[in-house]
Amino acid sequence: MFETAVTLDQFIQASIDTLYMVGMSLLIGSLIGIPLGIAIVVTRPGGILQNKIIYTVLNPIINIVRSVPFIILMVAIIPFTRIVVGTSIGTNAAIVPLIIFISPFIARLVENSLLEVNPGIIEAAESMGATPFQVIWHFLLPEAFGSLILSITTATIGLIGATAMAGTVGGGGVGNIAIIYGYQRFDTFAMIATVVILIIFVQGIQSSGNVLARKARKE
Amino acid sequence: MTMIEMRSIHKTYKRKNITTEALKEINLQVEEGDIFGVIGYSGAGKSTLVRLVNYLERPTGGKVIVDGQELDKMSDSKLRAMKKQIGMIFQHFNLLESKTIFDNVAIPLILSKKPKAEIKKRVMELLEFIGLSDKAKSYPKELSGGQKQRVGIARALASNPKILLCDEATSALDPQTTQSILQLLKRVNQEYNITVMIITHEMSVIQEVCNRVAVMEAGEIIEQGSVLDVFGHPQHPTTKSFVQTVIHNNIPESVKRTLKQTDNSRVFRLEIQGDSASEPIVNQLMKNYEVEVNILFANMTEIQETTLVIMYLQFEGAGNDVEKAIQFLVEKGANMEEVTA
Repeated sequence: MFETAVTLDQFIQASIDTLYMVGMSLLIGSLIGIPLGIAIVVTRPGGILQNKIIYTVLNPIINIVRSVPFIILMVAIIPFTRIVVGTSIGTNAAIVPLIIFISPFIARLVENSLLEVNPGIIEAAESMGATPFQVIWHFLLPEAFGSLILSITTATIGLIGATAMAGTVGGGGVGNIAIIYGYQRFDTFAMIATVVILIIFVQGIQSSGNVLARKARKE
Repeated sequence: MTMIEMRSIHKTYKRKNITTEALKEINLQVEEGDIFGVIGYSGAGKSTLVRLVNYLERPTGGKVIVDGQELDKMSDSKLRAMKKQIGMIFQHFNLLESKTIFDNVAIPLILSKKPKAEIKKRVMELLEFIGLSDKAKSYPKELSGGQKQRVGIARALASNPKILLCDEATSALDPQTTQSILQLLKRVNQEYNITVMIITHEMSVIQEVCNRVAVMEAGEIIEQGSVLDVFGHPQHPTTKSFVQTVIHNNIPESVKRTLKQTDNSRVFRLEIQGDSASEPIVNQLMKNYEVEVNILFANMTEIQETTLVIMYLQFEGAGNDVEKAIQFLVEKGANMEEVTA
């Protein structure tokens, strides 16, 4: 059972690849998803920058992208991926669909977090003569901060799952080892090791997310 | 000087095909230095009314003039500058849970990009004023409701406003805490010379601190005037029922039952305010006039640091003796109204 064709170096490299894919797509996905989430909160009817056009355009786009399962999205956008990174195989190629997958997900999570903020806080901000930017920066985001951390934690865990899927199309990372060795070559140890690595990642991320969120909520 | 003026304000909400008239033909003047109360049952439109003053709600028709300037003619940035002149406190305080008490009070100053040293000085001064200097580093969730409202007041005062709007500011507080918040609002009014507008459904709040009052019902102001006048002789049934929550204003049922009515007996409601209330007028009346006076009911209330006396008196006398007695009381400053007991 402990016989495996996978070397320790391969496991380490795969873990690094997974973290790299998760990290990069989370970073870029957040840069797209957070502003997008803010945009749909402030432009919604009754929002501080109510704008029917922006809202009715953004809202369905997010829904459409989110309704495509990642494994299909990954394959469907291969031509686009080629244009962006020049190849459709490998870690960098996997990051492109990961970003497209996670950005609208983050946007929805951010939307939920921001909508949880007591509307009275926004009213207080407006009564002080805050500009829309100040309302977002000084009131909305700080008040939602703890919840935002949990949202990003959820997104990160979603990404770990997606990177494993990216392994099936040569995306690299621990998912790749699970498919190539664990599944195709019946290497049980590789399979178990992959699962354990993924569990450790998820547990670690969730726990740190919880700790940070508690801190942000001054609990 | 008039600080807040509303001229024939209308406010309608359209939702799908249903139009609701929240405010109808509101005319209102709040003078500088007033503590102006607006009272009404929930749904009367008072919250909408107070939000017109800082344009959190915009009127469908009519004019809102604050400190001599018409709000409707202002650009967004001018309006924001105007809002800094108008502080507001809320029923549920609306403090930032994620920030310390210091930062909560500092926020209006941060928005105005004031220098750090100035912010620190001003915030500490305000925390001193509300008596919470030791809570600067605490978070709102560590504070009681009354303390949170004090912080709300300090925050509203940070940018040195001319007006303080209070939207049901004491409705979530117990009676004792309400008292202390009302006393603080009085100090805000006197020490900083800030015009205060209070929205409430509790007549005791009006009685405690306001000098003028408007009574609202179904989007209209049904009665307004000085608190003494409105408490002394409320006209509208709704106003009467509000006044009754703090002043007993009727002949008690038990007295009514035993009351002997003869042909020459008449019952009057006497209402007298201020210094004349402390004169022994009933005594003088009985000494100098040929009438029998029976006090059916008497109540003395302190409003606005003066006394308001309401009595129901039964007079019995021959000829026009009763008329003469009434004449005497009117000369003494009483408001007399004949009633059927």
